[in-house]
Amino acid sequence: MTDAIRFLLNGEARVVEGLDPTTTVLEYLRGRERLCGTKEGCAEGDCGACTVVVAEPDDNGALTYKAVNSCIRFLPTLDGKQLITVEGLKGADDALHPAQQAMVDCHASQCGYCTPGFVMSLFALRHTNPSPSREDILQALAGNLCRCTGYRPIIEAATRMYDSGSGNAFDAPTRQTAGRMGQFDRLVGLRYEANGHEFIAPRSLDELTAVLKQHPQAHILAGGTDFGLFVTKQHRRFDRLIYLGEVAELRTVTESTTHVELGAGATWSAVLPLLDRHWPSFGELIRRFASPPIRNSATLGGNIANASPIGDGPPPLIALGASVLLLGPDGERELPLDAFFHDYRRTDRRPGEIVALIRLPLPVPGSEFAVYKVSKRLDQDISAVCGAFALRLQNGLVAEARLAFGGMAATPKRARLAENALVGRPWNAATVEAAAVALARDFTPLDDMRASARYRTLTATNLLRRFHLETTGAANARIAYG
Amino acid sequence: MAETCIEGGVSAAIPHDSAHKHVSGEAIYTDDIAETPGTLHAYVLMSPRAHARIKSIEVSAAAVAPGVAAVVTAGDIPGKNDVGPIFSNEPILAAGVVEYIGQPVLAVAATSIAAAREAAQRARVEYEDLAAVLSIEAALEAKSFVAPAHEMKRGDAERGLGRAPLRLKGEFRIGGQDHFYLEGQVAVAVPQEDGDMLVFSSTQHPSEVQKMTARLLDVPAHAVTCEVRRMGGGFGGKETQPAIIAGIAAVLARKAGRPVKLRLDRDDDMLITGKRHDFLMRYDVGYDEQGRLLALDMILAARAGHVADLSPSIVDRALFHADNCYFIPDVRLIGYSCKTNTQSNTAFRGFGGPQGMLAIENIVDEIARRLGKEPLKVRKLNYYGTTTRNVTPYYQAIEDNVIHEMTAALEASSAYVARRREVDSWNRAEAVLKKGLAFTPVKFGISFTTTFLNQAGALVHVYSDGSVQLNHGGTEMGQGLYIKIAQIVAEEFQIDVSRVRITATTTAKVPNTSATAASSGTDLNGMAALTAAREIKNRLTAFAARHFQVPTASVRFIANRVEAGENTVSFGELAGLAYKARVSLSSTGFYRTPLIHYDRSTASGRPFFYFAYGVAVAEVVVDTLTGEYKVTRADLLHDVGRSINPAIDMGQIEGGFIQGMGWLTSEELWWDKAGALKTHAPSTYKIPVARDLPADFRVQIWERGENPAESVHRSKAVGEPPLMLANAVFFALKDAAHAAAGTVPKLDAPATPERVLLSIADARSQTKLLAANAE
Repeated sequence: MTDAIRFLLNGEARVVEGLDPTTTVLEYLRGRERLCGTKEGCAEGDCGACTVVVAEPDDNGALTYKAVNSCIRFLPTLDGKQLITVEGLKGADDALHPAQQAMVDCHASQCGYCTPGFVMSLFALRHTNPSPSREDILQALAGNLCRCTGYRPIIEAATRMYDSGSGNAFDAPTRQTAGRMGQFDRLVGLRYEANGHEFIAPRSLDELTAVLKQHPQAHILAGGTDFGLFVTKQHRRFDRLIYLGEVAELRTVTESTTHVELGAGATWSAVLPLLDRHWPSFGELIRRFASPPIRNSATLGGNIANASPIGDGPPPLIALGASVLLLGPDGERELPLDAFFHDYRRTDRRPGEIVALIRLPLPVPGSEFAVYKVSKRLDQDISAVCGAFALRLQNGLVAEARLAFGGMAATPKRARLAENALVGRPWNAATVEAAAVALARDFTPLDDMRASARYRTLTATNLLRRFHLETTGAANARIAYG
Repeated sequence: MAETCIEGGVSAAIPHDSAHKHVSGEAIYTDDIAETPGTLHAYVLMSPRAHARIKSIEVSAAAVAPGVAAVVTAGDIPGKNDVGPIFSNEPILAAGVVEYIGQPVLAVAATSIAAAREAAQRARVEYEDLAAVLSIEAALEAKSFVAPAHEMKRGDAERGLGRAPLRLKGEFRIGGQDHFYLEGQVAVAVPQEDGDMLVFSSTQHPSEVQKMTARLLDVPAHAVTCEVRRMGGGFGGKETQPAIIAGIAAVLARKAGRPVKLRLDRDDDMLITGKRHDFLMRYDVGYDEQGRLLALDMILAARAGHVADLSPSIVDRALFHADNCYFIPDVRLIGYSCKTNTQSNTAFRGFGGPQGMLAIENIVDEIARRLGKEPLKVRKLNYYGTTTRNVTPYYQAIEDNVIHEMTAALEASSAYVARRREVDSWNRAEAVLKKGLAFTPVKFGISFTTTFLNQAGALVHVYSDGSVQLNHGGTEMGQGLYIKIAQIVAEEFQIDVSRVRITATTTAKVPNTSATAASSGTDLNGMAALTAAREIKNRLTAFAARHFQVPTASVRFIANRVEAGENTVSFGELAGLAYKARVSLSSTGFYRTPLIHYDRSTASGRPFFYFAYGVAVAEVVVDTLTGEYKVTRADLLHDVGRSINPAIDMGQIEGGFIQGMGWLTSEELWWDKAGALKTHAPSTYKIPVARDLPADFRVQIWERGENPAESVHRSKAVGEPPLMLANAVFFALKDAAHAAAGTVPKLDAPATPERVLLSIADARSQTKLLAANAE
């Protein structure tokens, strides 16, 4: 017996069966629905031509709108939600939505292929931010590539779309739509099967642990922004996926006087305000590494569990002294995050275990922290080097130092020699230079398409110098991001 | 009250004709066309070797895989396995030998892409590796070329260099660029009766797809029709490359007897198709103490890839632009099209011009910096004169030079001199962040340098209700060609542009067309459409004079109506009357550019009908700890003659600049030691995003622009020239690196953060080394 996937497609209810669980939303739209407004530009979540919006009721029963990349999003993850595509934006009288009209008025389309994706990003912006700054607009558009216009008219359209006030089909009846989505409510999580492939989406931790016990070899799917590429690029098929996205307990974010506890299922979007508050450079890092459609889906736990050597989450988390809570058939265990990574794409996670929680100590007096990313492009690029620096200073001396790097080794890794060169020394230029020499011996990075080994080593040491300049009050030590 | 003017005539800034369809998702691209029942999907198996002999291919396991309808290798091609646009022997499927990693070896058509892909993996291909040539240097060393070298010279470079008081030899590398059209390569081939083939192709060159498909299928051209309504971007990448894609689809469709769609995944697209050529320049320049160029001897060596494609013409255009705006008394330029075991590089917006131009800009910039002079002063000192010092290395005299005026205008409006002082004082005060400022000019020659290509046709129908259907040989890739030509036709008939229906480009309506390329789309097709419309208008005028019994001179077309003496009828009424009077209301139009000629054997002539000009100022700030940077301001002033649609032209200027900026900054192509391209998706190949737009971006169309040549409505071509305005960004980065290093850094393109940082580090360590040696 299989459940069907049920959701709203624009205004209409859909009940889907028979499609492989790893069918992407884009394939579904263009194939079964013949809705061809949504385009494929890359099939890896990097160009935004496939952008759609997923709506869900929030705790107050109002809809929240999130832009996501349909090219790497699996169809069963839409269960119980509303999918909004470019075809669904026009009003009843065939009038363009303000985001669409502003794009026309500003001459913001040329070839038009990226345009539906931009329209959907603008739509999400308009329904989540009543008066965006230029910075907000640049962030909202960070996941959409345009090769023709040079972006100026699109940025203008993002401002202009607010001029027409309300008066579009999405302003009034969102509660009504949310009500209609009530018909999709489930008591027990979705169990969907097609072509002998199974997709299980537990709705509670209890359900999840039971499923993990039953299927310890199943693949774990969280936000899917990395996992999706196994399907779209490596063309792998999976017998059984356990999806964490519906487990509410995994998304909780709590804060005590000494620690924050971040549910591994929380998306980067969800934790961003907290990061901004305690560690602003961490917030900036997250904005840079992922566009809104990615960080609306991607989770902290996924970023850790996939064990990429170039993931941007682990270096700052390691530097901050994070520990990770693993949940498995035999209960929980906790270990320091830097002990979690063994080797290239290999971790301490055992079959049937998931990354459940990340525990982070809050800043204490004397602590200094910054994380820096170096990449060819500022927005939505993978790091050549990501360097995270955490110190505790006491009486002018370095009492504790944790330096963690991405892009420098097969795993996210601490620079132990450099740390040793810092601890117990005064936090001054001479110490930094000595630590920089040690840091160059900590790593033997690779030459690849992102950077040469020479550049990686040079910038890693320079990031330490930058950290020193910034913590000692130097002005103009780096280019402001926003 | 009668209307006084039409809507959407020439010079009106109206939206792109498809804007409403773009934003609503209703615009139909090739992959969106409703599939004929039974349509198969194709997958191409690529070579994993850079250079190898194919010992054997065994496809039987693939042929019997689930869902498979046809498997083809080179041997299955009915006609000639060749799509070479200039030379022959450029195969669509490898024959006997593979010459780059990514080369199509065989193709499978099946009921789904997944089925085709899985079947292709079952084919067994055995290779025997051969020595591969993977770099320009290696090709120069091995004298491995796809075409003979081309030399262009005026005066005596050797003598000039010997006499020059100062001399500089150097090397300069310029990276290539992937087109990254958002819509990847795609074609659908649909078999018809009589062995005909209907091909829907995302192509800038339907006639080429038609011709090559016919050649591959061994049928006459009349048996193949190629149609394209719009592309999701082209930029030159869909000039010759679509023949490969459409060709494979057509060969599969012929064998399967069913329609076949081939749509390349982004990675496969980037691995298979050619890109902008990377170049290695080696120069020897003579100059005086003022920075005046006296003599230049330069080789421009391009990575052509495994076959010629358009490389010789692209290298020619690099030579044609290696002077940019500068007079060089004694000059010799030699262009090489190097054969390498990599993708076959192809047309890309600018077509070699950007690389030639960047090379001379780099030389002028180097000279200024070594002399300690302000680079703009040295640039201006070397500008072509208007009546003297105005002959190019290919002997065309420049008769429309407006660079002096434009430079003065932008120097003032951008406050260049004051900002130069501000930048310098910032750099004296700051240790980590360094600013850079640069001013660069652009002069770009307009016309295909292969003279015969400068021709175009159009077909205009007026129906008996006065509505008009327009067709021409140009293709729409987003540049707004269709709407501009519709405006020209509307203007001629004096009817609202909404009365003109734009139709898909098809070889069935206008034959033997040239590619929509070389910025020539509006110049050529606009004139052809104007000619067709004028022919019909002349017939209508003669008819109205007869019908209303007035002299032809008193028949006037004004704002959707026609006045004939005292009589006024609507344009539609007149069309209806003319139809009943058996007047033909359909006409073709044809245009060939006058005056141009070029003799390649002597490298002389007048290859260009006119030149387009522009000037740019860019300001950057560089983080000297990481090499990261931001373009903080850009001022552009560009000459489009008299604009046919200022909104469309503005889009070309802004978009061209940002695309050029990407080429020179974040876009880097990187091959591993085996010759595999590792930057083949947007995760690894970084084109600009919204944040990269300069925070302060001031773009102006030059108000005084007017084309002295008799172009359509005195407009100027605008597709390619603005791309090169981005040169200012590169030299602003070099300016900042110079300020950081204290000595002239060696900076190659693209100026990635890595190159910027290492150029500073190298220049500093060289200074230290020199100082140490002096002690």
